[in-house]
Amino acid sequence: MAAAEFETPKIREYPIIPRLQEGVMAHSKPYVAKPDFQEKLGYPGELVDNWKEVAIEKMGELTGKYRSLQVFLDSCVKCGACTDKCHYYLGTSDPKNMPVARQDLFRKVYRRYYTLSGKLFPKLVGAEDLTEEVLDDWYSYFHQCSQCRRCSVYCPYGIDTAEISMAAREVMDAVGKGQKYCNEIIGKVHVIGNNLGLPEPALADTLEGLEEDVEEETGVQVRFPLDEKGAEVLLVTPSADFFAEPHIDGLIGYAKVFHQAGISWTLSSYASEAANFGMFIGSYENMQKLALRIRQAALDLGVKRIVFGECGHAWRVAYSFLNTLAGPFDFLDPDYPVPQHICEVTHGLIEQGKLTLDPSQNDDMVLTYHDSCNVARASRMGDRPGGQFEIPREVIRSVCNHYVDMPSYSIGEGTYCCGGGGGLLTDDLIELRVKGALPRMEALKNVVDDYGVTHMAAMCAICKSQFSKVFPYYDFQMDQVVSVHQLVGNAIVLQPEEENRSEADQSEEAQDQAEAA
Amino acid sequence: MSVITIVFAVLFYVATAILLVFTAHKIWQYAKTPAPLKIPTTPAPTTRSGVVFRMIKELTIFESLFKSSKWTWLFGWMFHFGLLLVLLRHLRYFTDPVWGWVVFLQPFGKYAAFMMLAGLAGLWARRIFVDRVRYISAPSDHLMLLLLIAIGVTGALMTFVEHTDIVALKAFFLGLFVFNWSALPPDPILIVHLSLVILLMVIFPFSKLLHAPGVFFSPTRNQVDNPRERRHVADWATRLESTKTG
Repeated sequence: MAAAEFETPKIREYPIIPRLQEGVMAHSKPYVAKPDFQEKLGYPGELVDNWKEVAIEKMGELTGKYRSLQVFLDSCVKCGACTDKCHYYLGTSDPKNMPVARQDLFRKVYRRYYTLSGKLFPKLVGAEDLTEEVLDDWYSYFHQCSQCRRCSVYCPYGIDTAEISMAAREVMDAVGKGQKYCNEIIGKVHVIGNNLGLPEPALADTLEGLEEDVEEETGVQVRFPLDEKGAEVLLVTPSADFFAEPHIDGLIGYAKVFHQAGISWTLSSYASEAANFGMFIGSYENMQKLALRIRQAALDLGVKRIVFGECGHAWRVAYSFLNTLAGPFDFLDPDYPVPQHICEVTHGLIEQGKLTLDPSQNDDMVLTYHDSCNVARASRMGDRPGGQFEIPREVIRSVCNHYVDMPSYSIGEGTYCCGGGGGLLTDDLIELRVKGALPRMEALKNVVDDYGVTHMAAMCAICKSQFSKVFPYYDFQMDQVVSVHQLVGNAIVLQPEEENRSEADQSEEAQDQAEAA
Repeated sequence: MSVITIVFAVLFYVATAILLVFTAHKIWQYAKTPAPLKIPTTPAPTTRSGVVFRMIKELTIFESLFKSSKWTWLFGWMFHFGLLLVLLRHLRYFTDPVWGWVVFLQPFGKYAAFMMLAGLAGLWARRIFVDRVRYISAPSDHLMLLLLIAIGVTGALMTFVEHTDIVALKAFFLGLFVFNWSALPPDPILIVHLSLVILLMVIFPFSKLLHAPGVFFSPTRNQVDNPRERRHVADWATRLESTKTG
């Protein structure tokens, strides 16, 4: 499908809830997965002949496996509280992008086949047969949900459209109508270990290049180790950190933090991906299979801790699901949570005074911070609820002198998705991505105009890629999005002689040990 | 014994049975369906007692709805709190002697009918006039409000305008409990009121009224945020565990 011409929404001074424009996004559909990619994940290659029966049966299977789905399908009272909460509705005006209307695409079929009222009085209760048109709508609108959970914050029953869209995608996979972007990526991770399909030699080469770059710039040899057995920390980071801007500057930041804190660490070529697209398609099995790679890498490398780099949905899977999917991690150091977020690590080191920081290195920027949806509403950092908001901000404030928050409705638990999350970060959905970014762009424009904000820090590979792409549509520059650890990396003061000293210390220590033995 | 008494006595037994059996079945279904992953909407409490507090806030002050839409919150809360008082007041027709606190609630319960009706009217106005809410409304969503309003109006009419023989009515209900029926006053308003209540009882377990038990089972609200400390493996997921090494 050719990319349709579309108009970028206008940024308004205050957010306005749009009037409904029915069907304006019905054409927005991602490419369908090719048969061989479908089959690799254990799904039918293309739409099966008896797809209706398969879909309805799958629906019943899922309501029996997930309490969330069962309760959410029954409980909605159509109060309308969520109708103005989705960034895709706000950006497109398409009523089927209102969370409840999106859920109803699935709910009306559930009602028709699984409830007495829907079987007896379908018209009365809004139940509908599963038809080709309905499946078409599913494919379109369940790929216009970034599973950001904003709706679930505002629902009086906590109904989370993400759960419904995951179920719908799983049903579509089961009938052979999977999405190309997600399913191809999952296939790559199963075989190669990361979303990009970057094999070990290429990864090693990239990291070597980074070491040279950093040494050239700072005069200090900061290491980017790969597959080093016995390292203390296994760092699992989104593979975009290996090549994309501004992600790679974040990776440099992590390396500098570990370097200065004297923590030995390594990346793994086997588990070289933090993101877990298994969640996007609602597949417990795929999600678990991907998570087990991380367990395996931790075992093989004999590390003591697992730390995740900057990523949003990845941190959800890591924080909320990893222990369940791939635990118990009783072979790791019990003094640290499994897994840890890199911001938790850096924050702890800053509190202990183990990092030498010069915030004036970031004085060319006035920063704001975009809370990533899945970090904000589906995970935590630190010991206290809300740590996911405080810890990144405290890290940023420690390394920057100029920081301003965006309007309160657009941050914290009410943060807007970047517009590209949940398996939608693909060029065939560019119109949706641009329009879905509108609420965030308006909030950003607000602080740009009022406080002279020049850059927005983000902490998720998807957010960073998405903003780099859509900023120009809204007359921002693509380099106005920065990584949180890019700021940390800028501010860390590395001292070559300090490094020499610590090396000398180490050799002395080794000598002592040798003598003792 | 009048036909009307026999019909309503039987209807009340049947409606009560349907309400209890099918609602219990739904509750049992919610309880036995596993929640295989930790999905609380965060920030979420990290302790069980914190979750209890979160749930109490949801149930009493509709915390999430308050964040969401002040008008819907206001009308929704007026309706639900009004309904609660009205229902508690109605206990006087089913208990003998009437409990002291029910006697105390009597005047509040009487006037709560107006709060309830005002809330319902506000909710219906939103459903009709807000284009987004109109779009998501099925006929049943309108009819449910109509049903509740009709129950409230007929009830208020009997309280404030056209009294029924309340002593006889109470005797009828107390008789139902001991299977010793006594005559139901054949007042038209009462008959309409009771018919609609029976209808409501019957559709309860098959409609969106399931939000009442459902809210207690919502994993995004009732889960403790402790996934790094505790594993949370569902039964059906344990068979996948065998693929694991280490």
